[in-house]
Amino acid sequence: MDVVVDITLLVLLGVTAITVVRLRNLFGAVMMTGIYSLLSAGLLVTLDAVDVAFTEAAVGAGISTVLFLGTLALVGHEEAKPTRNPILPLFVVMVTGGALVYGTLDMPAFGDPDNPIHHHVADHYIEESDHEIGIPNIVTSILASYRGYDTMGEITVIFTALVGVLLLLARGPKPRRFFDGTRWVTRWDPESNPNGEEDADG
Amino acid sequence: MDDRVILRVGAKMLIPFILLFALYVQFHGDYGPGGGFQAGVIFAAGFVLYALVYGLGSAKQVMPPNAVYVCAALGVLLFAGVGVVTVALGGVFLDYSVLAHDPEHGQHYGILLVELGVLVTVFGVMVAIFYAFAGRRKVEE
Repeated sequence: MDVVVDITLLVLLGVTAITVVRLRNLFGAVMMTGIYSLLSAGLLVTLDAVDVAFTEAAVGAGISTVLFLGTLALVGHEEAKPTRNPILPLFVVMVTGGALVYGTLDMPAFGDPDNPIHHHVADHYIEESDHEIGIPNIVTSILASYRGYDTMGEITVIFTALVGVLLLLARGPKPRRFFDGTRWVTRWDPESNPNGEEDADG
Repeated sequence: MDDRVILRVGAKMLIPFILLFALYVQFHGDYGPGGGFQAGVIFAAGFVLYALVYGLGSAKQVMPPNAVYVCAALGVLLFAGVGVVTVALGGVFLDYSVLAHDPEHGQHYGILLVELGVLVTVFGVMVAIFYAFAGRRKVEE
């Protein structure tokens, strides 16, 4: 039964991906990426990674689709016709994909309990978490306690992403750059005279 | 979207359950799947749905942009603050065992607080990014 579900979801993922590439209407393409995320969330549920599935469904299918739509409202709905020959990019993608698949051939079998990744620190977490941390969900005890540094780094990264978005998109006074004859000058004051004091800032 | 009755009524019925589910994911994170990050994005998704259906103006009345920025910074501060408190109490950074007499209880308090920090930051960041995208108008040509 699992195999049937996996194959169905993967086929639908493939169909969705090809549709996204082929659609010229960007509104349709954005909707298809939302469907792609929702299918990925389904696939993650079959892998028992329910919390990752939550995130994928909320961020991938929900919020990022809305952000895409907000962008489309600004830039228009039709994709421009490609002006370049797609052969070279296709070749690069095929070679990269081939290299990645070749890389997976050396990997240990998927889901094998003897894999090194399951015996580095995982044994300690599984055996000791119950009386060291005392909460039933080992994933939470790893994320919040054993790997607290990593999680703090993650939310710092998310916060930094916000700072970047605000710097790029939030409106405020725009600096003016102009060439005063000898060098480029930046002025924050919209009233400032391009021929005024030159030594304010450079 | 003032004329779309089905959308408005449907969203009004869904939003409380989405927010409640986010809180469930947050506070049940010790026992079931989920935690601060998942709860934060689900809460933000519910809020974004509200903004989409009822307009950006109504959403900003509920959650002004400045409050959202404060949320985003406050979560990181709470997380790092828990680390500083554990250092002050004689432990190492983010070792919650020193937060209570019983190390296990300390771990529980610590995890509760840092997960709350993650929730607040993720919610704030997601909504703030949505505001930044949705607030832009097309440049006149």
